[in-house]
Amino acid sequence: MRTKIFPISLIIIVSVIFVIFYKGLQNSNVYKPQIGNQKNIPVFIAKAFETEEIFKSEDIFEGDKFYLMNIWSSWCAPCRDEHKFLLNLSNQKKLKIIGLNYKDKKKNATNFLNELNNPYDFIFSDTDGTIAIEWGAYGVPESFLLYKNKIVKKIIGPIDQNSLLEIKELIQ
Amino acid sequence: MRFLKFFILILIIFNFNLVHAKTKSLDAKITKNLRCLICQGQSIHDSDSEFAISLKTLVKKKLNEGSSEEEIYNYLKDKYGEWILYDPGFSKNTYFLWLLPLLMFLIGGAIILKLFIYKKN
Repeated sequence: MRTKIFPISLIIIVSVIFVIFYKGLQNSNVYKPQIGNQKNIPVFIAKAFETEEIFKSEDIFEGDKFYLMNIWSSWCAPCRDEHKFLLNLSNQKKLKIIGLNYKDKKKNATNFLNELNNPYDFIFSDTDGTIAIEWGAYGVPESFLLYKNKIVKKIIGPIDQNSLLEIKELIQ
Repeated sequence: MRFLKFFILILIIFNFNLVHAKTKSLDAKITKNLRCLICQGQSIHDSDSEFAISLKTLVKKKLNEGSSEEEIYNYLKDKYGEWILYDPGFSKNTYFLWLLPLLMFLIGGAIILKLFIYKKN
């Protein structure tokens, strides 16, 4: 009896371990937070970038419009790459682009905008990075397409040609 | 006896020291249980990435506002998902993780018991 149980259980254990590890090979182990569709946008209070006045998020995000919330910074190289797409989107009448200036110096950010033009309708400034956390972001750039105070789409990383087309399709 | 006196003296002197190694703050405890999403495999406490620095300030801010440890975990879980916690709760995704050691213990126990009884007979 003992002689039979031992090899059988050994085979079962080894094969279970093999299957688990073999499946694990195919999974990417770099985790990205789940894309929280239809999540309500966070409520926050932040300084405006230009005037340093304090604004509530409700004052900026009105219900019946599309907004693109873009987290950017002058020190982030991918933000430079996505800038031309943002400028392209700023021509869209149905869409307002709101920027969140993440952990940046005001002087550098102003230079950045002067050099590459300003696609934003309004910019919040986030000097310690806590507002980006409210949005569930963990890096720059990140963009959120909002409609009726809900997150419709979340783009982690720079906006590219594909996501540009997707956004244009969504706001139609 | 002399040794004991000496020992007590040292103990007293060291207790006058204001800096204790064990002064653990709650925010250190919380940030050690949070995974840094930029440099995965490091905790927020150990990491110096921009994200980790922001999260550390946020945890301090929340604690000053009077949030409890549990509230902060729930808040971050809502934003980033279960993955951000090193100590995940019991849910349908993690029941295997939690029950596996128990299961292995029981199976191992059964095997040992069986061998023992087998030998006795």
